[in-house]
Amino acid sequence: MTSMSSGIHLTPEMQRIVRNQKIQDYLFHKITLFFASLVLIVLAGILISLIITSWPALKEFGPGFFVSAEWDVVNNKFGGLTSIYGTLVTATLALVIAVPLSFGIAVFLTEMCPNWLRRPLGTAVELLAAVPSIIYGMFGLFVFAPLFAEYVQPFLTDTIGQVPVIGALFQGAPNGIGLLCAALILAFMVVPFITSVMRDVFEIVPPVLKESAYGIGCTTWEVVTRIVLPYTQAGVVGGIMLGLGRALGETMAVTFVIGNAHRIKASLFSPGSSIASTLANEFGEAEPGLHYSSLFALGLALFIITFIVLTLAKWMLVRMEKQKGAKS
Amino acid sequence: MNTAIYSKRKRSNQIGLTLSLFAMSLGMIVLLWILFILFTKGFAALSVDFFTQSTPAAGSAGGGMANAMVGSLMMVASCTLISTPIGVLAGIFMAEYGDRSKIAGITRFVTDIMLSAPSIVIGLFVYAIYVAQVKHFSGWAGTLALSLLAVPVVLKTTENMLRLVPTTLREAAYALGAPKWKVSFSVILRAAKSGVMTGILLAVARVSGETAPLLFTALNNQFFSTDMNKPMSNLPVVIYQFALSPYENWVNLAWGGALLITLTVLGLNILARVFFREKS
Repeated sequence: MTSMSSGIHLTPEMQRIVRNQKIQDYLFHKITLFFASLVLIVLAGILISLIITSWPALKEFGPGFFVSAEWDVVNNKFGGLTSIYGTLVTATLALVIAVPLSFGIAVFLTEMCPNWLRRPLGTAVELLAAVPSIIYGMFGLFVFAPLFAEYVQPFLTDTIGQVPVIGALFQGAPNGIGLLCAALILAFMVVPFITSVMRDVFEIVPPVLKESAYGIGCTTWEVVTRIVLPYTQAGVVGGIMLGLGRALGETMAVTFVIGNAHRIKASLFSPGSSIASTLANEFGEAEPGLHYSSLFALGLALFIITFIVLTLAKWMLVRMEKQKGAKS
Repeated sequence: MNTAIYSKRKRSNQIGLTLSLFAMSLGMIVLLWILFILFTKGFAALSVDFFTQSTPAAGSAGGGMANAMVGSLMMVASCTLISTPIGVLAGIFMAEYGDRSKIAGITRFVTDIMLSAPSIVIGLFVYAIYVAQVKHFSGWAGTLALSLLAVPVVLKTTENMLRLVPTTLREAAYALGAPKWKVSFSVILRAAKSGVMTGILLAVARVSGETAPLLFTALNNQFFSTDMNKPMSNLPVVIYQFALSPYENWVNLAWGGALLITLTVLGLNILARVFFREKS
């Protein structure tokens, strides 16, 4: 023992204590290690169980499952394209709306807001992120969709709807619920997530950089677009990807307002379905068999898509953090 | 001085900042709008019956949410009891052994992904490994699904909070001859107590509002039941089913339930903030 060589004599009693402590620490290390690896085990378990359960559908329909738009419960023909299309369209549209809004809010919070308002408004944004998604769904169905159908949709049809080519996106019966409505509700929902990441990364810009820019006469807007944004680029993209990950997998906010139809139409007013809404609607009625395993195959597709998006988000944010370490 | 360029820059500055202000106001308006609707419709639905009666059958009047509240409470409580020790122990590993361990690096990455992973897929997973095997929905299955969502939250906050404890405190404890597990539990964990509590509260807040993972696991139960081995009523799923129903009193009950879970979740979030601020 090293303590022996330094000249301290250990009585048998002390040696026993040292031995015990070594065993205890060894156990402590292994136990905590086990719990930490549980997370990995769960991830592997999710992937394996989804693949096993969806195997019958994947074997029956092959890779064509993901590009076939046929979803026919009666004749046992299943293809995931309608749901995948709805998921991608609503999430992308939601981001197109949410990103500029979040950027504006983050700029307001970091550059324009008087100090006494900064904290309450920041807290409000974070609390908004905590509101359960089912509330957004109910709000969308009962309050937003009727107003949307009565005022916004006719207006859109009369204006953008008349433009050739993209006009087709804004035509059709103004029902309120549909892809566009789902995208708007999703946008409300992801704004707080994206905003809080953007605000956090904006705040790590070294004040010296901003002050130098102000010092040579830049306007606030120039400081934001030419100094803050380039400096925080990776973090901002990471935040957007994080929002995208949320939007793709969101169930409740979408299920209420998407209309739940397995169709792909040109118009964004038409009802559609997302992977999550299909699962929420049909899983309860699905009999074991092809329908059941097709739903699992959709779940697998959703998990893989979000996994990739979130991995990219994480990678971007880590890059941002490294940059922060290197420059400050 | 070139006044043309100067006024152009000034104008774009004004436009940009006005748009930011507009974005902020729009965000606030939507927030207030949602809260206003929720409060007016929600409070209108609350009554004594709401807290004492079970969910009504289709078409019958009256009724309340007592069974759903008890079910939610039981599942969230057991989820907290399960996920707290797992999350805290895993967090200790990440903070105390994590720097040199490859597993810790991968776990950290996977935890971040699991934090935002679609919760409906967690529901599918629990259905496949548990509900499909025992062939019935149950409160335990719901608890399991919620725990899978809560553990990453607890793990992540615990790790971050333990890392905030100064190294000198650890070294002082080691110098007294304390073994690592004692240092972790009696010194570091204790110093970071309020931070860890924050994480637990945030995890509880997160799972209290989750609907999707419970749809395929706990399902619903029209009757009052405290048997965790049977399908169990819970607020989010009842709200989901009632809100989409054609019955007016069901929809009203759904608004009352929605108000209740929102107040719970926001309350827990504010409590977590207070806890954290007291310390730092």
